[in-house]
Amino acid sequence: MSTPTISPRPSRHRREDEFTGQRHVYEPHSIGLPPMRSYLRELWRRREFAVELSRTKLREQHFDTVFGQLWLVLNPLLLTAVYYILVDILRGGGAQGEGFFAHLMAGIFAYYFILNSLTVGVKSVTRGGRLILNSAFPRALLPLSAVITAFMRFVPTLFIYVPVHIATGLPIGLHLLWVIPIVALFVLLACGLSMLVAAGQVYFRDLASFLPYVLRIWLYVSPVLYYADDVPDRYRWLLDVNPLGGLLTAWSDVLNQGQAPEAWSLLLGLFWSVGVFVVAGLFFLSREREFAVRL
Amino acid sequence: MSSLSVSERTAISVEDVSVTYRTSFERAPTLRSTVTRLGRRERVIREVEAVRNVSFDVPHGTVLGVVGANGAGKSTLVRTIAGILPPNDGRIEVHGRVSTLLALGVGFNRKLSGRENVILGGLAAGIKREQLAEKYDDIVAFAELEDFIDMPMRTYSSGMYGRLAFSVAVNMDPDILLIDEALSAGDARFRRKSAEKMRELCGEDRTVILVSHALGTIKELADQAIWMHQGELRMWDDPESVVSAYTEFLEVKQDAVTLEDV
Repeated sequence: MSTPTISPRPSRHRREDEFTGQRHVYEPHSIGLPPMRSYLRELWRRREFAVELSRTKLREQHFDTVFGQLWLVLNPLLLTAVYYILVDILRGGGAQGEGFFAHLMAGIFAYYFILNSLTVGVKSVTRGGRLILNSAFPRALLPLSAVITAFMRFVPTLFIYVPVHIATGLPIGLHLLWVIPIVALFVLLACGLSMLVAAGQVYFRDLASFLPYVLRIWLYVSPVLYYADDVPDRYRWLLDVNPLGGLLTAWSDVLNQGQAPEAWSLLLGLFWSVGVFVVAGLFFLSREREFAVRL
Repeated sequence: MSSLSVSERTAISVEDVSVTYRTSFERAPTLRSTVTRLGRRERVIREVEAVRNVSFDVPHGTVLGVVGANGAGKSTLVRTIAGILPPNDGRIEVHGRVSTLLALGVGFNRKLSGRENVILGGLAAGIKREQLAEKYDDIVAFAELEDFIDMPMRTYSSGMYGRLAFSVAVNMDPDILLIDEALSAGDARFRRKSAEKMRELCGEDRTVILVSHALGTIKELADQAIWMHQGELRMWDDPESVVSAYTEFLEVKQDAVTLEDV
């Protein structure tokens, strides 16, 4: 009585369960993508690691206390105030209308979410040295955890925005639901950028020191300190080539102008978020096997 | 038993594996140096062939000792088997869940406490949170770190550090245990204790790869041994013969050095 045996099919099947399972096959592939399905499955299976890593980081910053939280929102809050005064002076005072403070605040908070994702993310791989050298796991968890950290810091700032929104008398209605897809696109963009800089930092260790300058310039060319509509025609292209241009325009339209975002800004945001996420993700995944050697 | 195919009895098969590093003299590559070097074109890169065309199999339940001088490629080999470093050539097949020592990345963030490091390392290795919680007390008790486990790891001595790493690796119940210089962790008493634990683990039907400079340990615990020399597999035999050949080689080399000195 011989039971029919399934002959083991080599390559494809075996390569599927790379990190766990009972069988692991390691072949030369220092450059090139890992088998995607098993990679994503493993990534999902170990999501708790990313969450725990970010939780630990937040605890380090006393995120779990009231004053710790206040401290974290204090910086963007003060910046909002400073930029408000700055823009007010430059404009000769009172030229930007009532809702401007709320626009500035919402913009800065959203921008700070991206900024935090990048500044936490950039060193996520290089800091994980010992972990990377000694265990095999999907490395993308490290930059993604940075985005979780940044997001957890972003959420309380939204609660600070709410009273300002109400006090300014800005419209409240169903159009505010647009916030959800826009935030989702912000998150997608943050994930992509975080993976990009984290991988970049492995190859160029001074990337983290250049980053603040890039981020500063990026803030100034983004429609945060001004309305997107105020951008003169000859500078419109700046909004198009800016990954945050469309998203921040839509963000301000929804929160500040009380209207659904225009199609172009939403499509532009979609294009940049998905584009950056896919390109950066593929770049990171194709490089991550090399990280252990490079650290 | 005879119906088992070869691949089912083999825990680890290493086929013609080579691993090459590219190292450069710049310790940390920077954008600045890349840009400023552009005009000069030269870039000092050395390729290091850490492991060259190594092949061997480890059957299930075997303790394989690995000996070799510093820089022989032992640690690289272990990391490749653990799936951390990709081989440049050849193929490695591993059947079973692997735990590496120094392993589970314990101590990757020295600012965090021992507890946080153990949990994060375990989660990264794909161990479920409940499973970790179950094992946690054993790990701490074995490492004898009850008083220090909630202190940041930067306050640990290197002995405490090694104890925790060892304890995590051996308490995770892996199918395959990769140990790199484990027994050197801690003081004499802990070393005795870890040797005991090792003996216990090796006694169970478990596959172990044991990298050590302690030749006595290799002779005592291993069923088979390999000797790595400058990235190549110099010998693959029973521990007795490998260790004696290796010792002989070391002595000859030592004599040569001594002779040169005269």
